[in-house]
Amino acid sequence: MIRFEPEFFKKRNREIDELTLRAIAREVRKDILKMTTNANSGHPGGAMSATDIIVALYFYKMRHDPRNPKWEERDRFVLSKGHVCPALYSVLARCGYFPLEKLMEFRKIDGDLQGHPDMHKTPGIEISTGSLGHGIGAAVGMALGLRLSGSSSRVYCMIGDGEAQEGSVWEATMAASHYNLNNLTVILDNNNLQIDGPVDEVMSIYPALEKWRAFGWNVIEINGHDFGQIIDALNKAEESTFKPTIILAKTVKGKGVSFMENKAEWHGKALPPELLKEALKELGEIV
Amino acid sequence: MERVSLRDAYGDTLVELGEKDERIVVLDADLSGSTKTAKFAKRFPERFFNMGIAEINMMNTAAGLATTGKIPFVSTFAIFGTGRAWEAVRQTICYPNLNVKIVCTHGGITVGEDGATHQALEDVANMRNIPNMKVVVPADDVETKEIIRNVAYADGPFYVRLTREKFPRIFQEGKVKFEVGKGHVLREGEDVTIIANGVMTSFALLAAELLEREGIYAEVIHMAWVKPIDAELIVKSAKKTRAVITAEEHSIIGGLGSAVAEVLVENFPVPMERLGTPDVFGRSGKGWELLHYFKLDEKGIIEKVKKVLERKGR
Repeated sequence: MIRFEPEFFKKRNREIDELTLRAIAREVRKDILKMTTNANSGHPGGAMSATDIIVALYFYKMRHDPRNPKWEERDRFVLSKGHVCPALYSVLARCGYFPLEKLMEFRKIDGDLQGHPDMHKTPGIEISTGSLGHGIGAAVGMALGLRLSGSSSRVYCMIGDGEAQEGSVWEATMAASHYNLNNLTVILDNNNLQIDGPVDEVMSIYPALEKWRAFGWNVIEINGHDFGQIIDALNKAEESTFKPTIILAKTVKGKGVSFMENKAEWHGKALPPELLKEALKELGEIV
Repeated sequence: MERVSLRDAYGDTLVELGEKDERIVVLDADLSGSTKTAKFAKRFPERFFNMGIAEINMMNTAAGLATTGKIPFVSTFAIFGTGRAWEAVRQTICYPNLNVKIVCTHGGITVGEDGATHQALEDVANMRNIPNMKVVVPADDVETKEIIRNVAYADGPFYVRLTREKFPRIFQEGKVKFEVGKGHVLREGEDVTIIANGVMTSFALLAAELLEREGIYAEVIHMAWVKPIDAELIVKSAKKTRAVITAEEHSIIGGLGSAVAEVLVENFPVPMERLGTPDVFGRSGKGWELLHYFKLDEKGIIEKVKKVLERKGR
């Protein structure tokens, strides 16, 4: 595994090639599966659809300091779809916020890695989330506060497509546009699957792009597993002069493991140990 | 007694705080004229955020602002701030223990003509049940000012319950020290303890006067802080009088009455009665008419005192 000096993370748009990002993402997916199987619970499917974007944020885009999680000049990331925190925990550990061994504390009674992110228990978590529809509002508040303080830090927030059914998401969407929060980038992890099935069957959020455009946002649509597209979109968002940006990322739930891809059943269920072995093999782990 | 506006006191104090501290920011949900945050908005437009009629997002946004070192005051009517937005308050403000001050006006029955939909009779209960949240119900403008100044620099989330109606002034400016979680003995007595907050404290003082004419000596405690509650003072007074009643402009379920009952049952059980709205919704009418309609006045207090004294076996 490639090692990064903590200094590496302190500026935006770092030199890193796609192959490296892909290699990190593969490790993160393995972590997600090991953590959830070890906890015998958790949400692997959505964590794997979100992985590439979170990896690009922490290893390419965001300004942050793993040795000083409260560094004032850092960019902020809010995981509004808090249930996919195994992806974030793994990325934080691999950046150096805490030791990799800690990942096995996920969801354990004496551990610091809660079932949903807790800002006081886990270094690097900006705000506690888990109940859907709230994180994006907190991200709006962070963007307002940072701008008021004259800070050049940016706020990134990931929401789920099922989450977009919550009315409070649209309250926040309206507010971000009203206050011209061009320092806010929201990424919609559009894997089109929620607990009860496909998003368009449970309660359609489509056409999603048009909705955000009508709310006054800068909209970008990408393949959420193509690092070139993810990076281009994150860079373009920064150029927006007064609108907040939404990146609608088309993703695949369970991405990376053939028998998990596009299956709603892996939303909130861990792989049993025998399937974990299969999955890790697919991800290139030498068993 | 002179009647004074608690919400005007709030608006004025916000401006005073804003002058001294750039970290103070204010959020409102299209009710700034009524909650009096408009005073702050006019003076500091860049630090005032009207969030529109969207209370859930207002709470989440306030939480986000707090993470950047701001001190957000959030205002709307009590029913919306503690009801509609309850889950945002729980998840995004209280669970992370963020420095957000929720100050709602239009608590209680004295909202008046708008009727049941706008009268918050459950707000104290709604806020009291969330870990990390502190809850206070001031009686007049003097106390409101002191509480607002205090909560601005006390850590974590607070709920301050204010009202639309003007209330009699009880405290003299600069004469009383307001500490988080401390009750005030306003009148000493041996026969019965009356514990009240909000507008009911002034009725408690009036009732005590009237009771004295009948030879009943009531101790009156103003208990603005419902959480943390001054358990020590409650037990001390109960040990002396051996009979307690509570009076609040709120449902008898979950508010001051419940909080006092919890303290007494676990520490020093004595006969106790609760005065408040009896698990019912409000209705339209003038604020003061409604108080009398629901017996939230000196007569209601005296009735409860007589009942508790009978149980005490006097």
